[in-house]
This record gives sequence, C-alpha cells and structure tokens, in this order.
Amino acid sequence: MTSQKNWGVLAEFANPAELLHAAQELHKLGYRKFETWSPFPIHGMDDAMGLTGSKVPWLTLGGGLTGLTIGLLLQWWTGAVDYPLVIGGKPYFAWQFATPVTFELSILLSAFGTVFGMFALNGLPRPYHPLDRVARFRRVTDDGFFLSVEVADPLFDMERTHNQLAELGGAHITVVEDK
Amino acid sequence: MSDTSPHNKESIFPPPFVAGKHDFHSITEAICGVVEKPLNINWILALGVAGTVMAMLFASIGYLFWEGTGIWGLNNPVGWGWAIVNFVFWVGIGHAGTLISAVLFLFRQKWRTAINRFAEAMTIFAVICALVFPGIHVGRVWAAYWMLPIPNQMAMWPNFRSPLLWDVFAVSTYFTVSLLFWYVGLVPDLATLRDRAKSKLAFWSYGLFSLGWRGANRHWQNYERAYMLLAALATPLVLSVHTIVSFDFAVSVLPGWHTTIFPPYFVAGAIFSGFAMVLTLAVPSRKLFGLEDFITIRHIENMNKIILVTGTLVGYAYAMEFFIAWYSGSPYEGFAFINRAFGPYWWAYLAMVSCNVISPQFFWSKKMRTNLTVTFILSIFVNIGMWFERFVITMTLHRDFLPSSWDYYAPTVYDMSTFLGSFGLFFTLFILFLKFLPAVAISEVKGVMPQADPHWEGYAHAHHAVSNAVSNKEAH
Repeated sequence: MTSQKNWGVLAEFANPAELLHAAQELHKLGYRKFETWSPFPIHGMDDAMGLTGSKVPWLTLGGGLTGLTIGLLLQWWTGAVDYPLVIGGKPYFAWQFATPVTFELSILLSAFGTVFGMFALNGLPRPYHPLDRVARFRRVTDDGFFLSVEVADPLFDMERTHNQLAELGGAHITVVEDK
Repeated sequence: MSDTSPHNKESIFPPPFVAGKHDFHSITEAICGVVEKPLNINWILALGVAGTVMAMLFASIGYLFWEGTGIWGLNNPVGWGWAIVNFVFWVGIGHAGTLISAVLFLFRQKWRTAINRFAEAMTIFAVICALVFPGIHVGRVWAAYWMLPIPNQMAMWPNFRSPLLWDVFAVSTYFTVSLLFWYVGLVPDLATLRDRAKSKLAFWSYGLFSLGWRGANRHWQNYERAYMLLAALATPLVLSVHTIVSFDFAVSVLPGWHTTIFPPYFVAGAIFSGFAMVLTLAVPSRKLFGLEDFITIRHIENMNKIILVTGTLVGYAYAMEFFIAWYSGSPYEGFAFINRAFGPYWWAYLAMVSCNVISPQFFWSKKMRTNLTVTFILSIFVNIGMWFERFVITMTLHRDFLPSSWDYYAPTVYDMSTFLGSFGLFFTLFILFLKFLPAVAISEVKGVMPQADPHWEGYAHAHHAVSNAVSNKEAH
C-alpha cells in the first residue's frame, strides 16, 4: 500500500495532571474524537473530556429484570403448570419459596449484563489497534500517559494539532498510521 | 502535652497505602516481577506437595464413586457428616474475599486494594472446594444433573420448595459472579503482563485474556461503572449465599437448627473464618513474594480488627442460641443445646468456643494485632474453630427425637482423606495463581497512590507552568 492512511497522532504526557489538563484544553478547543490512555482511571477525566455518563447501568437493569422474570416463570411453570406435585403439603407455587432462586437469578443475570455489557460497550475483545504499532505506547499499562487525536475529528489538521499537543506539554508526538 | 507524641501524629495522618518509595513503574516491576521470574525450586516443591495432597482427594473421590457413600462414617440419624461440614466451612472461607472486594469497595476503604486480588482468588478456590462436597455427597453422582432444571425423559423438574435447591442456585451464582468480578479486575493487569511479555507464549496467553485492553479513558469510564455495579451486586449476593446455606439447616424442623438467628449468625461466622484464612495465606505469602510494601502491617491490623468484631458477634450468637433455647420453653430445643455443650461431643463444643470466642479477644491489644506471629497462630485457631462450629451444628443430628435411634458419628479414614485432600486442591490452585497472575491489583494500587491524583501537590508547580505556557502562546 503506497497511499498510507493516517489514524491520528499520539502524544505522551508526563503525569496524570498534565494529561488531564491537555484533555481539558483540547475539549475547549472543540476536539471531540480524542482519547486519553492511562494505566489507571484518572479522577476528573470524564468531565475534562466532556464525556456523558456510562450506559452500563441500563444493561445491569436489563439483566436483572430478565433474571427476575426467568426466575419467577421457571418456578411457577415447572412446579404449578408442567408437573404439579404435592410435596410436604406445600402449595405448587408461592412467592415465599420462590424468593431465594428468583433473587439469585436476578443477581446472576445482572452481573452478566454488567460484565458482558461493559465489554461490548468498550468494543472488547479487540486484538489489534493502530496504536499497537507505536512501541512507546506499550508503557500505557505501566506508567505512560497518552493522548491521541483521530484524523476523523473535523478539527484535525496534522500541523495544527501537532503544535497544539506540543504546546500542551505533549512529548514524543507520533503520527499513527491506520493499518 | 501529649499533642506532640508520635502516637497522636499517627492517628491524624494514617500511614500511606503503599509503604516504601514507589512510583508507578516500580509498582509494576515489583508485582509483575513475581510472575516473570523463572520458576524457583521452592515454588516447585510447594506445588508438588499440594499436588500430592490433591491427588489424595481425587483418589478418595474415585473410591467413593466406585463404592458409594458407605465408605464414610454416615449412619442413620447422622445422614450429613463431614461432607456438609466441609461444604459450609469452605463456602464460609470464600466470603471474606467478596467482603474485601465488594463491601469494602462500596465503603471506599481504599486499603483493600492491596489484598483484594488475593482474597478474591481465595474466594474462587474455596468455592471450588465447597462445590466438590455436595457434588460427591449425592450418592448417585451420575444423577447430579437432577439438581438443575434440565428437561429430561422423566418430564420431572427439581423441587424448588427445597432449601437444598436454593443452595444450588445460591452457590453456583456466587461462584460465577465471583469469577466475573475477579476477571474484570484482572483485565487491566493482564494487559500489563501482555505488554511486558518476553516470550511468545506469555504474549499470546496474557493477550488473549486481556481482550485488547489499552487503558482508554472511555473504557475506564465503563469499566469503573461496571466494577462499582458488580460490587453493589456482590454485596447482597454474599449475604444471601450464607443466609441460604443456613436455610439448609434453619428451614428444617429440627431442634437446634430451626432458629431465625441462623442467617445473620452464619454470615458473621463466614466473614470471621474468611478473614482468618486471608491472614493465614497473606502473612507467609507477603514474606515469600516480597510484597511487604503492599500488604502492610496496617492491612494486617485492619483485618485483625474485623476478626475481633465478627468473632465477638459469633460469640454473641452462641450465647443467644442458649438463651432462646431456655426462653422458648421447648424441652427438645433445650435438650439439643445442653447435649451440644455437655453431650458426647462436648470436646467439639469446647474447641469451637475457645477458638472462636476466646482466641480473637487477644486482638483488643494493638501489640497483638500488629504482631505477625500472633496473627498467624490466631488465624489458624479461628480456622479450626470455625470448622468445629459447623461440626457441632451438624452433629445436632446424632440424638434425634427417638432415643432408640440415637447414634454416635465418627469419621472414617476416607472422610479425613477427602477433607485433607480438599486443602490440596485449594493450595494447588492458590500456588498456581501466585505464580501466573498478579497477586496484587496493579492498576488499583497505582490508583490509590498520591501521584495518581491529578491535583496532587507535587504536580501543582508543573501544572501551573504548563497552563501559563499555553495561555501565553494563545495571547500572542
């Protein structure tokens, strides 16, 4: 491929404070398709980047309600409809005895919704990312603090964005190819 | 004045979460180093011993499958012997892991970060050990799937009116949710190991399980929310699990079991025994793997305080059971308790009370709480005491309503080899965990360091300089 396409630029920052500050400034300048990368979540970064809230709780709720419904229907249908059987003179179905299993299934499916929902929202698993080609970027899971701006951002301009990142204190600014 | 005394200072400024001089990189090095070092001979020896003991478990189970539950010491009034004792014992141990990872997280007890990974691993391995016992106790193991609502040729369904079935759902949900919680916590740390991998095998295996985690803030946002929600789900879950385990006893109509104090009493006991097991494992491991800077004396002391509280709660429950047995006026109830303390199993009752109620009282003293040897020894005592608690409760069966059917239960060698073997299973898994996975949550520990806060005083100067530079440029 001769006509190489670029994915964006990547800059490294010295510490969480500088990264947070850079994110704030870029957001103020109007950038939206940029991302910060860090070894741990940084307090205040969501606001700095202007992110709206996470959708994970809705998936948790959806999972929980599904579990609740399955739990009640399962115990009612198997015990009172499909094969009614008198055991110890107890009723075929009653919410009292159905509570523990319904509760456990609600929790189980809430957890499924939360975990698998979180991975899905994050687009994981994602075995490859253009940033993997930047050797320095491997430090992001150790002590590296990075900020990337995607070419797809309407404000992106190779030279201007590069300079803005440099002014904000970004080091080792690299153009990342889209491969 | 005492204002300037060192003790006073200490109480105003709590010690840091991470001892010694560490930055982000040195934390990665210290924790990943344990995993990346070549196998050492002590580790292999430890694995060999644990593996041999585990083999004994599998051999005992094999013989049990061949011969049937008659190889155990079960008899007619005592249909539940060591298998149920061991089941409750192991489930209880698991509970401290969830308590540390979920409950302390919700209460924002940041000191938990050093021990949560460790404790969660313990939970999972303990629940695996627990699940073995009811699984093999069913007698006809090939029919064990009857516990699950699977459509079958008999067109029959499980009996949802039975607390034993509630237990199946409770413990399997608990295992699954604990595993997910542990895994979610591990993902960023597996990514760290992937990014440091020297060999292809390490790169691919850590790479596979880290799912391509790269620390994007949009990912952290969902991740943190998911983690918080999981903690919020695991908290009622852990309380429900031991509550439902106690229902196995409390929902029956036997004197000594049919009491409303069982759920809270079982939960307190579970937390108590679980913290004891965390300490039994943590005190030697921190030494062996050089993790003293992360699992500090402060952690040990906090856990000892929890042991003191829960141990005292358990003691209160023992007393209250006796009181209610007398106050109820039921002669059967009264007999069950008198028989527990003064009947043929008086020695088990004595072991239970002295290990669980008396031994934790040493932790009123700060000197004792911060002494590693004392902590280790007392943690063993608590483990033993809590096993005896379940034994005492189960042995209530041995004298039922009809004196002619009374009997004395004694375990056989196969009961013992199965129980001992379950420790082999537990330690094999634990030893493998310590070597192949980060034993301390790397990203979480970094997150509680002062440097992780963007408003840390150390950054105030740099931050100011950068913003000045930018605003100067903008002005030009």
